[in-house]
Amino acid sequence: MDRAEVDSKIRELIGPFNKKGVEIQDSTTFVGDFEFDSLTVMDFVAEIEDEFDIIISMNQQAEIENYGQLVDAVTKLQD
Amino acid sequence: MSDTSSPEGTADSGGDLFSKFDDIIAMREGLLATGVEDPFNLVMEKVLSPTRAICNGRDTILLGTYNYMGMTFDPDVVDAGKQALADFGTGTTGSRVLNGTYQGHKECEDALREFYDMDHAMVFSTGYLANLGIISTIAGKGDYIILDIDSHASIWDGCAMGNAEVVPFKHNDIEAMEKRLRRVPEGAGKLVILEGVYSMLGDLAPLKEMVAIAKKYGAMVLVDEAHSMGFIGEHGRGVVEDEGVLDDVDFIIGTFSKSVGTVGGFCVSNHPKFEIMRLVCRPYVFTASLPPSVVATAATSIRKLQHAGNKRGHLWENSRRLHKGLTDLGFQLGTEECQSAIVAVIMPDLERGAGMWEALLKEGLYVNLARPPATPANMTLLRCSLCAEHSDEEVGTILGMFERAGRNTGIIS
Ligand SMILES: Cc1ncc(COP(=O)(O)O)c(C=O)c1O
Repeated sequence: MDRAEVDSKIRELIGPFNKKGVEIQDSTTFVGDFEFDSLTVMDFVAEIEDEFDIIISMNQQAEIENYGQLVDAVTKLQD
Repeated sequence: MSDTSSPEGTADSGGDLFSKFDDIIAMREGLLATGVEDPFNLVMEKVLSPTRAICNGRDTILLGTYNYMGMTFDPDVVDAGKQALADFGTGTTGSRVLNGTYQGHKECEDALREFYDMDHAMVFSTGYLANLGIISTIAGKGDYIILDIDSHASIWDGCAMGNAEVVPFKHNDIEAMEKRLRRVPEGAGKLVILEGVYSMLGDLAPLKEMVAIAKKYGAMVLVDEAHSMGFIGEHGRGVVEDEGVLDDVDFIIGTFSKSVGTVGGFCVSNHPKFEIMRLVCRPYVFTASLPPSVVATAATSIRKLQHAGNKRGHLWENSRRLHKGLTDLGFQLGTEECQSAIVAVIMPDLERGAGMWEALLKEGLYVNLARPPATPANMTLLRCSLCAEHSDEEVGTILGMFERAGRNTGIIS
């Protein structure tokens, strides 16, 4: 999958987690804008991991603050 | 994606490094403003027995101490401590690898080797340090740690202190664990970390299935048996023994601060190279060893736990009776069936949980108030842990206290 395909897949997956209907841009942050708590992060990460059959370790998660960084990371990981 | 640093708190902190604690300070002040006794500032003025103390001036039954086997006032254990204090002094003033290994430390490790029937035993100054040390040392850069999301803080801190990739899975979810093991890159080292009993809800891990899967993927397995030693499994070796997987587990971590009744931690293992840990494990090397009186009480207690069949039976009776009694009264519990000596009562929220906690304290009962973020799913819990020394009569009294406090605070109708 190229970056655009990964982006649209993650947009689909984030839907049910985006309870406040925040508009999604590459700069949208998970903690500040989406207001994800640690439980939501765990469930959301698990969905993405299962969809792309990858591991996003806690170490990698710590580097990901916004939506664009997540799409970049997943694009690289699923290669 | 972690929510440890709040985006606001950083910009306008004005240089005070403590401003990051403002939220928790406000939560605490809000709770105390409701007028409840501070649940995190209880003082026991006198301890009368493993199950009774004077708390804030009141004669109180203790139901939240993890003193499962009631060894803290065992006459043989107390005598061993007194003798060691007289013979070896108050402390070792040194690391295990320098001047801090006495006869007693060796005897304590001998007792553990015998208790678990394993080749190696290493005693740490606390269970916290045992997890911190073993995990951060054996899982290095490029290795993968696969662990349950509800793991104890000491396990998480061991992960944070090391350099391995840390991959959590949903609590007790066998399939989620297997998927993650399958995705680990080929050739990478793998450590699976599980607990026998999870201390928040008192539920057990499905170790038989989980350990088999971990082995199938070539992972090493570490199981924290802090809340099972002495009363689960035929010889009290824990859930690993009860589930028949003791021989497939590479490391067992335990503590002296619960069933053993003193303080300290340990790791036991059959790994042929295990002894090298004594030189490379920093939380073992760079802290002072346990005082001689502590290892003497621990060794004596461990040896007595090997023959504690009757006490074990009574502990199970107490646990099952409390679990059933509270269920019948209408309380919501952490597990449907009684699985361990921990009975967790789920509260609707922190404020009402603290109210119920205080009502119980006024009745003369101490339980553990557990709140987020230490709890799974942000629950507020009143955690009860039974002791083999609780009498039948005391368990009856405890149920009466729960009934009155529950009705008065509106937790049950
Ligand atoms: C599961 C678990 N592991 C480790 C520990 C740490 O034990 P200790 O009190 O000896 O530091 C505890 C207890 O606090 C625990 O509940």
